[in-house]
Amino acid sequence: MVGTRERGGVGVWNRALVTGAALLAGVGVVALLIPLLHGPISSELNDIVARRFLAPLGRTPEGTFHLLGTDRFGRDLLVRLAFGARVSLAVGLIAAVVSTALGVLLGSIAGYAGGRTDRAISALTDSALAIPRVPLLLLLVALFQPGLAVTVLAIGLTGWMTVTRLVRAEVRSLKERLFVEAARALGVPAWRVVARHLIPHAVGPALVATALGVGSAIMLEAGLSFLGLGVQPPTPSWGNMIAAGRDALVVAPWVALAPAALVALVVLACSLVADGLERSLAGRA
Amino acid sequence: MALALRRTLVALATVLLVLTVTFAGLHLAPGDPVRLYLGPSADAATAEVMRHQLGLDRSVAEQYVRWLGRFVTGDWGASIAQHRAVTRVLAEALGPTLLLTGLSLLLSYAIGIVIGAVQAARRRSGLDWALTVVTTGFQAVPAYVLALGLVLIFAYGAALWSWPEALRLPAMGAESFGADLLSPAQRLGDRLRHLVLPVTTLTVIGAAGLARYVRAATIEALRQPSVRTARAKGLGEGSVLMRHALRNALVPVVTLAGLQLPALFSGVVFVETIFAWPGMGRVMVQAVLARDYPVVMAATAVFAALVVVGNLLADAASAWVDPRLRR
Repeated sequence: MVGTRERGGVGVWNRALVTGAALLAGVGVVALLIPLLHGPISSELNDIVARRFLAPLGRTPEGTFHLLGTDRFGRDLLVRLAFGARVSLAVGLIAAVVSTALGVLLGSIAGYAGGRTDRAISALTDSALAIPRVPLLLLLVALFQPGLAVTVLAIGLTGWMTVTRLVRAEVRSLKERLFVEAARALGVPAWRVVARHLIPHAVGPALVATALGVGSAIMLEAGLSFLGLGVQPPTPSWGNMIAAGRDALVVAPWVALAPAALVALVVLACSLVADGLERSLAGRA
Repeated sequence: MALALRRTLVALATVLLVLTVTFAGLHLAPGDPVRLYLGPSADAATAEVMRHQLGLDRSVAEQYVRWLGRFVTGDWGASIAQHRAVTRVLAEALGPTLLLTGLSLLLSYAIGIVIGAVQAARRRSGLDWALTVVTTGFQAVPAYVLALGLVLIFAYGAALWSWPEALRLPAMGAESFGADLLSPAQRLGDRLRHLVLPVTTLTVIGAAGLARYVRAATIEALRQPSVRTARAKGLGEGSVLMRHALRNALVPVVTLAGLQLPALFSGVVFVETIFAWPGMGRVMVQAVLARDYPVVMAATAVFAALVVVGNLLADAASAWVDPRLRR
């Protein structure tokens, strides 16, 4: 198939998709490489006073260079950001995958079964969409002990609604088509018709929703951790790094600004990827 | 009318869903409330008496119905941390939150529609491109990041760089310490100054999202045959844009208000926490940190109820704007 030529790119790849993917890849490489090069963050804290709150591009008395400066314990900010990136990106990805899986499951059941099942799932989806997500997350976190697992699960279990709607619509419009009827006529069981013939067609829109979902999951993780209700220190995550830097906003604004800028950058990259995917899918159809 | 009835039913179902999730969560959560209340030293018999008094020895279904009944009749229990009725705690916090969110919603609509319309009118110009970059960027900025940035600039920076007094904005609370000693006019001014930063945070994010939507919807409307007809009969471009394109584009934007509410009430949690704004979001965060379950649960339900009411209002408003929706 010859890709349709669009402004700023050819075929599947357009400018938004390339920019977003490049940004994400850059953050990913930093998150992978720096911890490998640096080794684990040492818990030894010698001479905090001399090393704390070094400004970006600063040097310690011994001459160690710190590109982004240091935090209030004299820890290198860039190294902590890279370790935090692993946590934040992993939480975002896993939570988004949980959401998408739930959404595909519920959406395909509702779309294929129709009737009362469809009405029940759709009503549940509409209701769930009307509940503000952050208060709901706070409720879930309050009921259990805040921590990494609760954060991932809570974010994952509150983000399935968009995917459900998209997949349901796609499955509904496809299930009357001839190839589906043919499969049914051959005696293919319902679950197999859905899994092999219907869901693959809904992958595109679900992928767009997942890309957006990763962004919002990272934003929510950082938000919860910022409130002290997500990933708990000393495990670094961008959210609890922002929270820690908030106390030093006047003396050392970079401690809070660096992770804050990264969160915004990654969320932006995810929405660019989603925009780009949507455009290239529309171009293909 | 049947539509309105169905919407109302879905709305009620939503609130019921929240209450059910809350109740289920409370039962699934680890820890025995009786033990938590009595402490480890109490003997088994006392615990049993208390369990009976609290109705915890009944079946889950029975407990659920009784709990729902109390909730519906307005008995929301007492706050564990504040030792007063949950309804009073939330009643105090509701006003500040509604003020903050209502004002932000109004402003983000006014600003978002203007920016989106300007972009649609000058589409593919340098201005359109610049505004797209700005709105896409601000849409990606989490509320807590933007709020911290504003605090840094207008509360700390303004003093540091000795900006004029008018630009040094308060970043804590809804009014200054000792505001009740001021004259009514001064007090109003003081309150307005405290509103600036939190409202700006929510407005900028809301307006950015809206502008992108209005831009797309208006450009789409400009492609309609009706617009070609309007141009063909010699109407000016301004009139075509305002009366024929923007007006049609705004119909779905009204419905969007209802859909935006959940995001707005999510953002307000962070904004209230950062600016120490005495609203529902801050009350809820503090209640979570203090494990004050009755307040957390009731606050979630109130947030959901606010969205539901807002959705019903948005539906009514769209029927008012678009006669086709009246049936």
